[in-house]
Amino acid sequence: MKYLIIILSTILVNNVIFSQFLGICPFLGTSKKTSTALGMGAAVIFVMTLATLVTWLTNQYILIPLNLTFLQTIAFILIIAALVQMVEIILKKISPSLYTALGVFLPLITTNCAVLGVALTVVTKPFNYGGVPHLLSLGESIIYAVGIALGFAMALVIFAGIREHIDLMEPPKGMKGTPIALITAGILAMAFMGFTGVV
Amino acid sequence: MSNHLQTFTKGLVKENPILVLLLGCCPTLATTTSAINGMSMGLATTFVLVLSNIFISLLKGFIPDKVRIPCFIVVIASFVTIVQLVMQAYVPDIYATLGLFIPLIVVNCIVLGRAEAFASKNPVFPSLLDGLGMGLGFTLALTLLGCIRELLGNGTIFAVRILPETANMLLFILPPGAFICLGLVIAIVNKFKKESH
Repeated sequence: MKYLIIILSTILVNNVIFSQFLGICPFLGTSKKTSTALGMGAAVIFVMTLATLVTWLTNQYILIPLNLTFLQTIAFILIIAALVQMVEIILKKISPSLYTALGVFLPLITTNCAVLGVALTVVTKPFNYGGVPHLLSLGESIIYAVGIALGFAMALVIFAGIREHIDLMEPPKGMKGTPIALITAGILAMAFMGFTGVV
Repeated sequence: MSNHLQTFTKGLVKENPILVLLLGCCPTLATTTSAINGMSMGLATTFVLVLSNIFISLLKGFIPDKVRIPCFIVVIASFVTIVQLVMQAYVPDIYATLGLFIPLIVVNCIVLGRAEAFASKNPVFPSLLDGLGMGLGFTLALTLLGCIRELLGNGTIFAVRILPETANMLLFILPPGAFICLGLVIAIVNKFKKESH
């Protein structure tokens, strides 16, 4: 039940793009085609889950015992950067087909603030469940990361679908490109506000 | 001298990081719920940008080319941690509102972008000016968006009431308003850019 609530809350109610504003750059950058959006979505799900697992363990078993929690930002970004590089090398060796599908997107993910954002959120911000805020355990953190990543992938694919149609339209000159995309995202965000209060 | 001036002013208008280059959208959308929030976020980023530009320019001879990106990230992350601790101590209210977006300055594309594109190739003084110009351009854009959203959503600018409370359009303070507002501002900038050519 608790896992279900975390999943629903991260995918729909607190969608990473439309209500938390994390990962907007890749959201605008890789949403021109549905196929690209799917690739990026899959890569984010993969890296975010892995990154949250590693950073949670680092925080719990290295930073907290040594009283070094003020180093969270530095430690986490280095872990994420190293992890992305490692995933890239391992994928290339083990599964070349997966590498060709995700490869281009992996370097982009290091600068995706959603990955660092989720890693920091799960260790610093208490999650409110049944009126009792508490920090997430390892299992809950991973579910949280998967939920956020699924929400990101879903938003990206929906948005790419709409953008493919916008490309066929003739908006006013100044509105072409990014401005019309941002306003579309605003209308989508309005739709997602409908989920407020579901969980 | 005019060269230095150009290094400084290009970030303000011509290459404004948000309105023209479209870098660093996340903090732009998330922290501009009011003018003061937008400005604080802009100034925090400016501080990191100036200091990281200076240090990377000083260290550019010592950093091996192959590992430069991780080195830049460590320098940037150190200054972000300093900002985080200072803000927590002296302006805890603003720190609480900006929350996650202060540590996330680390992954702001503008900071790493300037380190890579400018500071790693230029002497200290121009790097300082470049960081300052880009940072102030970022602050300017954030404050502008903050003013618009606060005025439309809450009827105030910097907490000074301008429109009556009955004219509040709450939507502009909520997430959808952020997207729509930024989209319209960029559309206006695009229009002027095309006319000036």
